[in-house]
Amino acid sequence: MESIKDKVAIVGMGCCKFGELWDKGANDIIIEAAYEAYEDAGIEPKDIQAAWVGTLNETAGVTLSEPLKLNRIPVTRVENYCATGHEALRNACFAVACGMYDIVLALGFEKLKDTGVGGLPVGRGMHPVLESRRTAPGTFAFIATRYFYTYGLSPEEGKRTIAKISVKSHHNGSLHPKAHFRREVTLEQVINAPHIVWPLGLFDCCPTTDGAACAILVRAEDARRFREDPIYIKGIGLSTNQSLPHFEPGIDWTGFEMNREAARQAYEQAGIKDPRKEISLAEVHDCFSITELINYEDLGFSPKGRAKEDIDAGTFTLEGDLPIQPDGGLKSFGHPIGASGVRMTYECYKQLQGKAELPQRQLKNARLALSHTLGGPPQVACVFITGNSLG
Amino acid sequence: MVGITSYGAYIPFHRMERDAFYKEWGGIPMPGERSVANFDEDSVTMAMESAIDCMKGIDAKKVDGLFFATTTSPYKEKLCASIMATAFDMRRDIRTMDLTGTLRVGTTAIAAAIDAIKAGSAKSILVTTGETRMGAPAGDFEQSVGDGGAALLLGDNKVIATIEGSYSVSDEFSGMWRADGDAFIRAWEDRMVYDQGYSANLPEAISGLMKKYNLSPGDFAKVVYDAPLDVRRHARVAGALKFDAAQVQDPMFMNVGNTGSALAMMMLVAALEEANPGDKILFASYGNGADAFYLQVTPEIKKIKDRRGIKYHLDTKKTLNNYGTYLRWRKILTLERARRPEQAATSIVALWRDRRIILGLWGMKCKVCGTPQYTATPGIMGGGPPIRICVNCQAKDQFEDYCFLGKKAKIFSFTHDNLADSPDPPATVTVVDFEGGGRAAFDMTDRDPEDVKVGMPVELTFRKLYHDPARGIHNYYWKTRPIRG
Repeated sequence: MESIKDKVAIVGMGCCKFGELWDKGANDIIIEAAYEAYEDAGIEPKDIQAAWVGTLNETAGVTLSEPLKLNRIPVTRVENYCATGHEALRNACFAVACGMYDIVLALGFEKLKDTGVGGLPVGRGMHPVLESRRTAPGTFAFIATRYFYTYGLSPEEGKRTIAKISVKSHHNGSLHPKAHFRREVTLEQVINAPHIVWPLGLFDCCPTTDGAACAILVRAEDARRFREDPIYIKGIGLSTNQSLPHFEPGIDWTGFEMNREAARQAYEQAGIKDPRKEISLAEVHDCFSITELINYEDLGFSPKGRAKEDIDAGTFTLEGDLPIQPDGGLKSFGHPIGASGVRMTYECYKQLQGKAELPQRQLKNARLALSHTLGGPPQVACVFITGNSLG
Repeated sequence: MVGITSYGAYIPFHRMERDAFYKEWGGIPMPGERSVANFDEDSVTMAMESAIDCMKGIDAKKVDGLFFATTTSPYKEKLCASIMATAFDMRRDIRTMDLTGTLRVGTTAIAAAIDAIKAGSAKSILVTTGETRMGAPAGDFEQSVGDGGAALLLGDNKVIATIEGSYSVSDEFSGMWRADGDAFIRAWEDRMVYDQGYSANLPEAISGLMKKYNLSPGDFAKVVYDAPLDVRRHARVAGALKFDAAQVQDPMFMNVGNTGSALAMMMLVAALEEANPGDKILFASYGNGADAFYLQVTPEIKKIKDRRGIKYHLDTKKTLNNYGTYLRWRKILTLERARRPEQAATSIVALWRDRRIILGLWGMKCKVCGTPQYTATPGIMGGGPPIRICVNCQAKDQFEDYCFLGKKAKIFSFTHDNLADSPDPPATVTVVDFEGGGRAAFDMTDRDPEDVKVGMPVELTFRKLYHDPARGIHNYYWKTRPIRG
């Protein structure tokens, strides 16, 4: 197997305003994200030779061809639960890396608010008997229950710990003009918020959001023809689990092997030995505050069982050693499922280029960025590492 | 001068001979035939078709209100007048109202509209009715009723028939009724029902009107009042009030049937089609009391042309003498479901966002290359419309609104689909090209599959596409049909 490191570059990206976009259809958000990306890359729509569209609720490549009126080029719709956006990017990367295409587009989108469903959908069709009570927050709540138990956190301590994550993310989101929620929250508000699935309250859960984000990719050797500051793909890891965790005997539910495996693959390709020191910023999957917590450990940022120390120390805040969710993450920016992996990459891209909209958000000396998605119950994880220089 | 400024009506394409019911159930044979709404029609679609007829050549933006009167509304809590107002692209600052509750609700709506115009609250109001009242299988009512609708535009400018005066009586009596959830008419023993109801109230309102305005029976060129389900009572009222048979407007029992709250207005439209300037018309309707009006026809009536009205619809018809089809169309029986995927879940937000596209058939015309285009196919969640990038020249956001309603169309291609889940298989689906450009696909209705051909000119008709039972939503859209005539 080969490494993707320094073979592919992103030369343009776009992202629409995320939120409850009642008056915008899928075509509107797709056009907004794609046209920003075309402009950023300095290309015409007709320059795109192939495209990948990531979305859960729509099927077939024409989902993208129609709104953009793409000129009869190959378009594939991909899906991998919450890793869908990354999946679109991943396939686009391979298409240029192998030399079949020179300029490709990857776009993720979701019009969750068109479904009329409150809260995250569960993804696949569920078995009517074996899975009838499954909800997205419910599944991640099992993790919280087990983590508190395993590491001796009382319910109050546990809830306080994960609440700090949401406070941090909301603060960051309030600084991003395109985020769904731009309001700060206090620790007390998060702890006392209405119960969704114990121990997760309203502010431990990401919102239901509409949004789209887009990337234009080329081979690394061609990147400087488009811009002076392309962003290079350093490593991609993808791992799927063999069993619905609810039925897998022996796993501890305080972290997931497939999560760690996706990170291992990406770090190996990127040549990263000490993620906590080498990664400059990360966008990790924070569908729920507890998810972000275990991701700190699974991705190697915090030692196993000790995420609380880093949370208490503010390690992952904007001012900390390793800012995580600098744009607010799923929690505050929103989680239109198909878009998220691409939106995370958008933040990494802008930070690495020094173009993070507002100076108070801009991280200094960013070199390597990580984005991570975790999908399903959870059963699939994807890690993307990007950097702003070759080597 | 306030009164009627335009009129329109609608009778469904299909008729069933009353003999067909007799053959099914026995009993006492009744003569004539009744109109039967297609499976894709309801009170709203028929009121809309009547309104389209009425509004020919009239600027919808100048109409200040739309009143929808019926006793068979598909909704209890959802305005249907606004569906039609959106389809017509009327202004937002208008009065919309659904009225119901009695068989004389059509005339009640007219009175309300006239009062509003006289009071200066509006200058023109469209009143439209549609009815799909049902009698239970094997009974007389099933045969006596009919389906249909009519519409009147009321205003104070270019009035074709002034409404000179009115008289109403209110009466508390459950002679015939339907309660919440009832599909079929309920009634008490009929002699009592008519004696105390129709035969007592209607003459009271008509005589009250004549006395109030000092009118005699002979003053009227036409006497228009609706009939009850037992049509024999209709002639008896004329006799009692000393009207000549020649004055009395035919209640259309023999060729349409009793169309409930739509009947009086349908009969008035039929009368107006033949009326002359100077005619006085008596107009009345019964239902828990009665409303009576007297009208004066003006010379403006000669200017009303190309309305299909009643006569045109009476003359264009097809006989359906299949009782099973009748039961199927009216959804009286639970039928075996087709082994097909369920219809996509209705996304209310998508319906709302695309309401002008769906109800008003608004598309786009590219300002750069001039290509009219209707819409892209929506995704599962209604993700497509409206078009922002031209399918022909890829120009972005350079469009002007373009309405496909009223554009002529011809069949580009078609099929008769026996696999599709349809209440009336095969489902005929047409792809049409519009005159001036643009293409779209629509179901086809009111057609004989054998007659459908490439190049056939078609017209668009407002229909119920499907009812989403899980959500209780009625999805209205346009279908094609052979040009009726």
